[in-house]
Amino acid sequence: MIRILCPFCGTRDHSEFSYGGDGTITYPALDAPMQDWHDAVFLRDNICGMQLETWQHVNGCRMWLVIERDTMTHEIKSVRPAQAGMAAALEADQ
Amino acid sequence: MTKFSAWNVFWQGMTGQKGWTRQWRDPEPQTHYNVIIVGGGLHGLATAYYLAKNHGQKKIAVLEKGWIGGGNAGRNTTIVRSNYAQPGNREFYEHSLKLWENLSHELNYNVMFSQRSHISLLHNPGAIDAASRNYNTMRRTGAPDAEIWNLDQLKQAVPHLNYAPDARFPIMGAAVQKRAGTARHDAVAWGYARGADNHGVDIIQNCAVTGIVRDGGRISAVETSRGRITAGKVAFSVAGSTSRLWDMADLGGLPIESHKLQAFVSEPLKPLLDQVVVFGMGGAHFYISQSDKGGMVFGGDLDWYKSYAQRGNLPIVQDVAEAAMSVLPCLGRVKLLRHWAGVVDMSMDGTHFICKTPLDNLYLNAGWNYGGFKASPAAGWYLADLIANDRPHEVIRNFDLKRFERGLQIDERGAGPDPKLHG
Repeated sequence: MIRILCPFCGTRDHSEFSYGGDGTITYPALDAPMQDWHDAVFLRDNICGMQLETWQHVNGCRMWLVIERDTMTHEIKSVRPAQAGMAAALEADQ
Repeated sequence: MTKFSAWNVFWQGMTGQKGWTRQWRDPEPQTHYNVIIVGGGLHGLATAYYLAKNHGQKKIAVLEKGWIGGGNAGRNTTIVRSNYAQPGNREFYEHSLKLWENLSHELNYNVMFSQRSHISLLHNPGAIDAASRNYNTMRRTGAPDAEIWNLDQLKQAVPHLNYAPDARFPIMGAAVQKRAGTARHDAVAWGYARGADNHGVDIIQNCAVTGIVRDGGRISAVETSRGRITAGKVAFSVAGSTSRLWDMADLGGLPIESHKLQAFVSEPLKPLLDQVVVFGMGGAHFYISQSDKGGMVFGGDLDWYKSYAQRGNLPIVQDVAEAAMSVLPCLGRVKLLRHWAGVVDMSMDGTHFICKTPLDNLYLNAGWNYGGFKASPAAGWYLADLIANDRPHEVIRNFDLKRFERGLQIDERGAGPDPKLHG
C-alpha cells in the first residue's frame, strides 16, 4: 500500500485515490495543430524513476493532486494540490 | 540437440539418462550480429526462431538481461484464445491460435497446449448482445468454435460456479471459445529457445542492454553489460521496459505506459476446473484455470497506477479474492501458494505494436497489455517477417506507431486513450 499525504485530509491509503496519469502534460490550444494534440493525448515519456503524476482523492476530498513519485520504488517525494492556491482559497472561504 | 521421441525416452531410460545434451548452448557474445533481438522473452525467442527457420537468416542473437523464462514469460496466467473482434486483431490472434495448435510438433517440445475452452461469463442481456455480436464476427471469420451458451449448457459444463439467483451479478450465460485454453509457459520459452538455438541462434543470457549507439538514422551497435555488439538490424522485444530502451535510443515518447499486473497460484488441488473461466462485471475482473499440477492459476486487474516494480499491492489481492469468492465460492478455504507481478506495456488503445520505427534498422514489438502470452507465436512470426522483408505484412499493417495520427484506434474495449483501462 502506498501512503499518500493529502494536503487537505492527511495521510491516507492509496486505495482512496485514483491514479490520473502523467502530470507534465500541458494540453495545447484548441486551434493548435493536430500533431500537438496527438502528442499530448497519445505520447508518454513513461519514466522509470521519479515522475510527476496526477492523482484524485476520489474517496476523500475529491481534490486533484500533483505527486512526485518514483515508479520503481513507489517512494513519494512531494504532494501538492493540482490547483495552485486551492488550499489558501478554501481557508479564506471558511 | 537430442531429439525428443518415445524411442529416445525409452533408450535414455535404459542407459541411465546419460545421453541427453543441454537444451541450448551458452555462447559468448560475438562482436557483430546480422540481427540482434533485445529481449529473451517468449516473443523475442519466437522471433529468432522464425527468423532463422522461415527466413533462413544467419548470425542472429537474442540478448536477455536476466535468464530465459525469468521475466513476463514466467509471470502470466498462460491463457491462449483468439476471441477478438476488431479487424486486424481477429486475423492476428487466429493465426496465433493456429500456430499454438501445432507448436509442440513444430518445436519437438511438449508445450502442454490444452484446448480446454475459454468461458466468459455473461451477467445481463446487454452483455449477451455484445458478446453475440463479437462471437458472430468470429464465426464469420474463421473461428467456428465461438459459441454463446445459455445457463443450462453452462451449468452442465461447470456445475460448481455460483449460480445463486440473488448473487450481486447473477450468471445468465457465457461466451465460449472451445479451441482456447492454456499452455505450459516455461515449456514455450524453453521450446523456442531450444528450437532457435538448433537453427544457429545465439541466446545470450545475463546480458543487459545499457546503451544504444546511433549513427544518424540507424543503430550501429548496442552497448551491453558484456561489451559492445555491432548489428545489421535490431529489434526491441521487451514489453514492460520498451520505454526504457526507446529512451536509450533517444526517440521521444511512445503511446505506452508501464503498469504491473498480478497473478496468483493456489496450493495444488484435485481436478476442479476443466476450463478457463473469466468473470468481468461491475469493476470486478477475474480469470482462473487449473494447472496440470493442480494449482488454481488466477488473476485480476492491474494495480491501477503506473509502475516498473515487479511486485504487487495488497488492495488488488483483496479485490481478486473477493471476485474469486463471488464466482467460485468453493475456493474459500484454499490456500494461496504464491503471487507475483509482472510489468506490462499498456498501450493507448489496448492493442500492440509490431512495426518499423523512425530508425531504418530498428524494429519494434511492444504494447501487449494483458495479452502477450497468447500472441507469442504470431508476434514472433510477424516480427520475423517484418525484419526479413523490411515491410509490414498485410495483417500487421495497422499495428504501427502512427495509427493514432491516422485517427485509428484498435480499441477492443472502447475504453479510450487511457492505458490503465485496457484490461
